[in-house]
Amino acid sequence: MVTISHYLILAAVLFSVSVAGIFINRKNVILLLMCIELMLLAVNFNFIAFSRMHDDTVGQVFVFFILTVAAAEAAIGLAILVVLFRSRHSVNVEELDTLKG
Amino acid sequence: MSATLITTILFYTFAAVLVVAALGVVTSRNPVHSAFFLVLAFFQSSMLWLLLEAEFLAVVLVLVYVGAVMVLFLFVVMMLDINVEELRQGYTRYLPLGLVVASVVIVEIAHVIWFRSQDLPLLTTPAARPADYSNTKELGAVLYTEHVYAFELAAVILLLAIVAAITLTMRRRPGLKVQNIAKQVAVRRDDRVRLVKVDAVKDEEG
Repeated sequence: MVTISHYLILAAVLFSVSVAGIFINRKNVILLLMCIELMLLAVNFNFIAFSRMHDDTVGQVFVFFILTVAAAEAAIGLAILVVLFRSRHSVNVEELDTLKG
Repeated sequence: MSATLITTILFYTFAAVLVVAALGVVTSRNPVHSAFFLVLAFFQSSMLWLLLEAEFLAVVLVLVYVGAVMVLFLFVVMMLDINVEELRQGYTRYLPLGLVVASVVIVEIAHVIWFRSQDLPLLTTPAARPADYSNTKELGAVLYTEHVYAFELAAVILLLAIVAAITLTMRRRPGLKVQNIAKQVAVRRDDRVRLVKVDAVKDEEG
């Protein structure tokens, strides 16, 4: 018997795995971007599960827009990454200290 | 075998592969392997979304994510010559911290779900929709009427992403031979044509 809470727990597991991934791979920008994609996937799981529970398609419309924004974010993020690698020859986050943040 | 049993088996299979793929994304040594694990995770999620009867989004996830975004990721990962070993330093140092934060997050979310399941119907299985139900039709009916402004905004965001990505990565190489259209159009006859009066030479040896 698969209930809505099964999907919610699965999304929680997926989200926490990607949070752990951000902590573990804190130097590699590419893996950080991939972990953000996983997090968005987990959030989308919640939206779709609740949309099913309430029998309301608005949740799925929201997932549609999240997918759009995530695709745009991935494209711009990877473009920034390419420019960064061209000038610094590295994707190490710790070397990006020009702004002294 | 009853339909619920089959659904349960499918759910646990897909969920297990999904979690393993997510762990693979996080822990693998090579970014290319991470990208392929992410592709696997997207496929499993689309199967689970099919189980949730969100067919249109399941197909869109495979088309957009696996077909476009992950190919872009793989292009970038393979194009850049990354020193993996240098980036792996400190991997084990932050592993305990990551595990602690992840377990705190999961305990919190599980607590919220358990707490809210007493007054929300979280522990029920929604009834299956009839066989002639069209998810795409249903989604389109609200997407182009109620949410049409958001839909157009999404189109603008995608256009913005195209423009931003191209402007960021385009570079002018020195010594590249390109046409200067304005200069070509503005050229006058006098700049190019020179009339030379050559005296006729008599062939003396003939």
